[in-house]
Amino acid sequence: MFDFSILTNWIHSTLLGFMPEWLAVTAECVLIGVVLLLVYALLALFYIYFERKVCAAFQCRLGPNRVGPFGLLQSFADMFKMLIKELISLNYTDKFLFALAPYLVILASMLAFAVLPWGNGLQVLDFNIGIFFLMAVSSIGVLGILLAGWSSNNKFTLIGALRSGAQMVSYELSIGLSILTMVVFAGTMSVTEIVQAQSNTWFIISGHIPAIIAFIIYLIAGTAETNRGPFDLPEAESELTAGYHTEYSGIHFGFFYLAEYLNLFIVSGVATLLFFGGWMPLHIPGWEGFNTVMDYIPSVIWFIGKAVVISFIIIWFKWTFPRLRIDQMLSLEWKYLLPINLVNLVLMVLIIVYGIHL
Amino acid sequence: MALIQEKIAAQFPEATFEEGDILLVNIPDAKWHSLAKTLRDDADLKFDFLVTIVGMDWPEAYGCMYYLTSTEHNTHISVKVTAESRENPMLHSIADLWSIAGIFEREVYDFFGIVFIGNPDMRRLFLSIDWKGYPLRKDYDESPELNPVTTESERQSDFTNTWVEEADGKIVKKEERVFAENDFVVNIGPQHPATHGVLRFRTAVDGETIKKIDVYMGYIHRGVEKICEKLTYPQTLHFMDRLDYFSAHPYHHGLCMTIEQAAGIEISRRAQVIRVLMDELSRIASHCLFLGTFCMDLGATTMLFYTLRVREQILDIMEKTCGARMTFNYDCIGGVMQDLAPDFVEDVKALLAVIPKNIKEYNQVFTGNVIARNRMEGVGVLSREDAISWSVTGPSGRGSGWACDVRKTDPYSIYSELEFDEVVRTEGDSMARFKVRLDEIVQSARIIEQLIDNIPEGEYCVKVPKVLKLPKGHWFRTVEGCRGTFGVYLESDGTTSPYRLKLVPPSLTAAAAVDHLTRGSKIADLITIGGSLDYIVPDMDR
Amino acid sequence: MEVTTKSMPYDAWKDNEYIEGLVKQLQESGTNVIVGSLDKLINWGRSNSLWPLTFATSCCGIEFVSLGAARYDMARFGWEVARSSPRQADFIMVAGTIVHRMAPVLRRLYDQLAEPKYVIACGACAVSGGPFKKSYHVVMGCDQIIPVDVYLPGCPPRPEAMIYSIMQLSRKVKVEKFFGGVNRQEKQEEFLKSHPIEGVQD
Repeated sequence: MFDFSILTNWIHSTLLGFMPEWLAVTAECVLIGVVLLLVYALLALFYIYFERKVCAAFQCRLGPNRVGPFGLLQSFADMFKMLIKELISLNYTDKFLFALAPYLVILASMLAFAVLPWGNGLQVLDFNIGIFFLMAVSSIGVLGILLAGWSSNNKFTLIGALRSGAQMVSYELSIGLSILTMVVFAGTMSVTEIVQAQSNTWFIISGHIPAIIAFIIYLIAGTAETNRGPFDLPEAESELTAGYHTEYSGIHFGFFYLAEYLNLFIVSGVATLLFFGGWMPLHIPGWEGFNTVMDYIPSVIWFIGKAVVISFIIIWFKWTFPRLRIDQMLSLEWKYLLPINLVNLVLMVLIIVYGIHL
Repeated sequence: MALIQEKIAAQFPEATFEEGDILLVNIPDAKWHSLAKTLRDDADLKFDFLVTIVGMDWPEAYGCMYYLTSTEHNTHISVKVTAESRENPMLHSIADLWSIAGIFEREVYDFFGIVFIGNPDMRRLFLSIDWKGYPLRKDYDESPELNPVTTESERQSDFTNTWVEEADGKIVKKEERVFAENDFVVNIGPQHPATHGVLRFRTAVDGETIKKIDVYMGYIHRGVEKICEKLTYPQTLHFMDRLDYFSAHPYHHGLCMTIEQAAGIEISRRAQVIRVLMDELSRIASHCLFLGTFCMDLGATTMLFYTLRVREQILDIMEKTCGARMTFNYDCIGGVMQDLAPDFVEDVKALLAVIPKNIKEYNQVFTGNVIARNRMEGVGVLSREDAISWSVTGPSGRGSGWACDVRKTDPYSIYSELEFDEVVRTEGDSMARFKVRLDEIVQSARIIEQLIDNIPEGEYCVKVPKVLKLPKGHWFRTVEGCRGTFGVYLESDGTTSPYRLKLVPPSLTAAAAVDHLTRGSKIADLITIGGSLDYIVPDMDR
Repeated sequence: MEVTTKSMPYDAWKDNEYIEGLVKQLQESGTNVIVGSLDKLINWGRSNSLWPLTFATSCCGIEFVSLGAARYDMARFGWEVARSSPRQADFIMVAGTIVHRMAPVLRRLYDQLAEPKYVIACGACAVSGGPFKKSYHVVMGCDQIIPVDVYLPGCPPRPEAMIYSIMQLSRKVKVEKFFGGVNRQEKQEEFLKSHPIEGVQD
């Protein structure tokens, strides 16, 4: 497997060759920032296209196919339009918070990008509490949504924001507990070590029953965290027009729109990391030839590919299920998911104590 | 009929009677309220279903025609009450006896300026608060200078008027608040994806729980009844397409039947069969669209695309025969416009073959879904008594256990010869209303199956005089539209155009019942309940 | 300059003279190379990403639903992102009759749209009052309240006609100028000045 740290080390040593260390580090930071932004934008555009095509397929339609080959340029056209669309400034709103909210939402997903294991040695931040960091930054997003709803001075956005607050706070628990289950299993919070631990078998297989339960709960809670159907109450089209971002126009709305898809990617990425071996290729013990072939596929493709497959499942939810009601959604979390999760955590501890994992 | 007449005459000696299709009772306004109470409560009469109140501007006085039906004995009666004064017309309200009467009376007040004493909510219904004049009065000034198009926001009042009769017989006007002073009122509509058109709900909420809903209509009030008074009878027909655009055929059928009955025209059996076929086809198309939009309201967008597939297939059949996708204008006085398309039978058979498969698919995708069941079961329960009191007819009423299908209770055309079941469920919740429509698709398919192989030969349209004049008189007919009982009241003064054409849409009563159904539910339930009642806004606004 | 869209021959369009007139008007002032190509990029983006506002009052709205469904599938052109919030939509398809009571609401919706914004008057009622010409409560054409870009006759127009009208709109968008020069929005300002709302200051 190609180790990207060779590449990054080479860049680092080359830069050191003709500039002092502080400048080299700054240059690298800028470089990483630019690359991340680019990846960020491209991924979001891809996801928008992907969702539109997938949803069209479910609905027996064709989906975008006129702009560019196979409609591939559709989301680029949307982006150009959104960039230059008027930003409406509203009277009687809290202007500072109103402008701040979309950036907070974007910031949360950007920060989460930093710790995702993109490939072998391809990770911006790698430290011993990576998972903890991920959970901490991803919960900033709810702040942005709450601010957006509150500062718009609109009753629909306010209801949307309150719904969102209730939803995010409760489902954060489930996400946390299912991640905790896997952290207990891995015995570490470092992203690299978690990935390395899955080099032979992925956690979903080696952790069997509790891992599968944790995965299902994570998938449900992750769908809720990203505000996607059937948990899209904060922006329920048929109830609250556009929910918390009703009053946003132009690129500010674009940020919410992009963040929704990026959060989808992050949720799928974390699921990949915890249950499906991150960038690790599929290895089946004993099948040497097969394993070698799998190793030739670049690790970046493994990671993104797995994440896209999981996103596909989440998109599938959205276009199949009707929306839950607010009380049903909360009772699902507090009465079902949370107790199951706690029991599952105990089960996982027992499995580790008695060593009955694969 | 004689028994009813005797019974009323014994208690109300001042009442006079006119025999006819439906017995007509004339009663002075002072006695009207007690007569209404007797009509509703007497065990032998039991006229518990208020079909409509028709406001009238007769040359001699303003007044109202009340049409009542007994759901128990399946008898009909009409009552005529006239207001004493022409300058300041007033009648006594019956809003305390029938829940729906309040809305009907507001409609009459809006169009004729007749004030109902005792109605707790006497505001305009369709027209804005500052509208000048009462449009359906014969002397209404239509000049656009009087009521210009404005782009200023409409004036909004938090108060409603009531006229109360005090102990000494004096009538005083009072103002009351619509909502409590500190209510958090959310404005839903008129431009809102869930209101199925331009309906507006002012919703007082407590957190997510609804305390009260004030329904505002009239955002698509086009004054069809008034326009019809200026048109000849064949010209009035094409508006039926544009009221409830999903039941264009049944509405046409209703108006054509009323005019034919008045003019004494017998239509051929072939035309009758074609009309019934078209009615049932449009019922399937309409219910399919209901399933789709209802599921979309609940968030399951994909279902809409599956149901629209069947609808497109039906539209294809319609298009071949009628030449349009939505506004067919197919039924005409004396029969139908054109003969059936040559491959009509073949197409319909192909449609009948796919319907059972599709229904199975809908059930798999949506009905059994645990989220869908949680969203619908026990939400917006309408009891049978309330359904009758609110006059919620059609599939919504049948979901509450009220067998109100006009095709069974009062068979018209050839429905009495056909074999089909009236789908009735007793739960009364949104799920029941959903399932009734799902099952009605099967029943409609059954009717079509019986007819499609035996379309008799003959002429599709009988000869009708070029200039159609109806004799003096009035007629009232109901048919089963896709959303419920559609009534036509026609009054003629012997000329080529109607003196008064009142259309009784089923959607109006359904929308009026929303407030009653949503009290104490969540905002999300408002969407479910509104969707399951399946009202069409241009239908209620006319 | 021939303004057309993918797989639609120029001669198949109905009113080329109008578009040619617009193009001529634009080129009178000449175009800068850099600004011109930037304009082209922006117009490409705008014309290919027209998001409708979910707005329907009557029958035409149902045909608009059919337009989104599998047979006609407006998603092919990228128009399927119907936004419920006017802030995020690009054009209103005035689908259905506009009555006196609705007029202020429609005007407000139009004002709430973010620039650039367009209007399609869809159906006979929105174009001229249609079958309700004799009514006391119907606005005879929505161009009395808001400026209209494309008129689409029919009662209701078939979904194919709706596709054609939105394609015409996208053609109009293609000949706009973002940087200076003749801009469609100047006309819009004129319109708004001649139809002021009392008591509201811009």
